[in-house]
Amino acid sequence: MVKTLSFEEPLVQLRSKITELKEFTSNTEVDLSKEIEQLEERFTNLEKDIYHHLRPWDRVQIARHPERPTTLDYIHELFDDFIELHGDRTFGDDAAIVGGIACFEGTPITIIGHQRGKDTKENIRRNFGMPHPEGYRKALRLMKQAEKFKRPIICFIDTKGAYPGKAAEERGQSEAIARNLLEMAGLKVPIISIVIGEGGSGGALALGVANHVHMLENSTYSVISPEGAASILWKDAALAQKAAEAMRITAPDLKEENIIEEIIPEVLGGAHKDVHKQAQFLKDVLQSSLDKLKDLSEEELIEQRYHKFRKIGTFSDKDFQKTSDKLK
Amino acid sequence: MIMSIRDLFKKNKPNKNITITREQHSVPEGIMTKCPECNHVMLTKDLQKNKKVCPNCQYHHKMTAKERIDDFLDEGSFQSIDDHLQTVNPLNFPGYIEKVTSDMQKTGLNEAVLTGVGELEGRQVVVAVMDSFFRMGSMGSVVGEKITRAIEKATELSAPFIVFTASGGARMQEGVISLMQMAKTSVALERHGAKGNLFISIMTHPTTGGVSASFASLGDINLAEPKALIGFAGRRVIEQTVREKLPNDFQTAEFLLEHGQLDAVVSRHEMRKTVSTIVKLHVREAI
Ligand SMILES: [Zn+2]
Repeated sequence: MVKTLSFEEPLVQLRSKITELKEFTSNTEVDLSKEIEQLEERFTNLEKDIYHHLRPWDRVQIARHPERPTTLDYIHELFDDFIELHGDRTFGDDAAIVGGIACFEGTPITIIGHQRGKDTKENIRRNFGMPHPEGYRKALRLMKQAEKFKRPIICFIDTKGAYPGKAAEERGQSEAIARNLLEMAGLKVPIISIVIGEGGSGGALALGVANHVHMLENSTYSVISPEGAASILWKDAALAQKAAEAMRITAPDLKEENIIEEIIPEVLGGAHKDVHKQAQFLKDVLQSSLDKLKDLSEEELIEQRYHKFRKIGTFSDKDFQKTSDKLK
Repeated sequence: MIMSIRDLFKKNKPNKNITITREQHSVPEGIMTKCPECNHVMLTKDLQKNKKVCPNCQYHHKMTAKERIDDFLDEGSFQSIDDHLQTVNPLNFPGYIEKVTSDMQKTGLNEAVLTGVGELEGRQVVVAVMDSFFRMGSMGSVVGEKITRAIEKATELSAPFIVFTASGGARMQEGVISLMQMAKTSVALERHGAKGNLFISIMTHPTTGGVSASFASLGDINLAEPKALIGFAGRRVIEQTVREKLPNDFQTAEFLLEHGQLDAVVSRHEMRKTVSTIVKLHVREAI
């Protein structure tokens, strides 16, 4: 049984009513087929209505759905010949980030992504998809390797954030993230990053300095979790729902800000309803993204990436007089 | 004091109006300062003369961006840039612009970083100095833009870029745009470095979060002031996560040095000379 989200309650109720009626008719001579048909129609309409009018907090819940497809799910759906490559060659292998080489529609690529677990045991092993520095350093090693062999790099972003732990600080969490931002800027191969779940802060961005950044329709990308924002801004984590709206963290928000290229549609109700079909949506966008980038020279790729991030910012560059007045 | 921010820096006057307000109830406001580290009470004037370093315990009190410029660069050499950029309110957070405006008046800066071109023992450098008295030095669009423009200026001049960091991290009120400033400053640093230019990062108290996880950690040479708090995640968050007591020196400059994350911890009294020597050793012609 797939976990139901709070905004899906009306659907669950209607569905159980329909089931009830069906059971009733099968046990008696009464013909209720017309009523059942009407209810089915109502269900379809209600489903569309709910899933087409998702509020930011609904999307947060879908993005966090325990059965939401992970990096490895998409790797198995989208790529052939995947070989996982482990370790940062310095400290260890961080299971919160997976990476390797594979074939996408005939092209060898490097694939790297945050990896959550599907159950408690796997989540503990993978630290809930929250990397340590060695995870980011493994990612960078694989990116440099991709550059050497001129393979495009595909990154899947899916993390609540970099792990806030003692060992992570001792081994330089800040430096590991910062290094990736800088090194990704200079890579001579196409980089495509796709936010598939939660894109939490610097820990997400460390796989995100790409030529193209796309987001699944119900994924989020933010400087801080809604709970964190609520507790800092209003000293109350319970206001997370309000923060999810105020912070503008959904795919449509980021598209509007010109931070991402494409919103990848999700199957009705969220990616977890049909992984296979969802992968097809990803494949289409990946293919067109790679096509757009394949003719760019090494210099043009670096230049395009530079300008993509260089232009992000909202401020006023004009009113000098007004600024100086305020300073008096 | 009525003068534009540009005028302020041309004259390069030491700012005599700085008052340390912490624990002011126990000492006369302004005239005396009590060291938060060792409780030593001293004349504010004497603390100022000693580069705001406590003469009793060597605690490095926070400096404003202007005090840092005065202390660090050759006298009268600093010309600020981009003082006109202005913060807007992209997410329409109630009270945000009012808070920024109030900090503008308090600090005389347009945002939490002061950038410009100056000289260090006669050599041209581009500097960015963050000011933790302005919204805790947090990085939003204007801070990201000013730092990026300063880096680009340094690249254009083939001059060393020197940053003094002091920041609580990303500016929450600007949402994901503030996160993206980490990427923006980093792509500019990549370009600066790819052309063989020098970048020196000097981390001062405190340097955390998104600033720590971007340009602050990307120096060709990373220095820090003694005892400065430097880290990615906040101490309380970590304590809640790991459920163990953290050592007292956790996330201090000395702790980072011991763990291989810094090139050196340099006292404020030695900073100008040390950085100047580093710059000298990177001059491309024979010295
Ligand atoms: Zn002291």
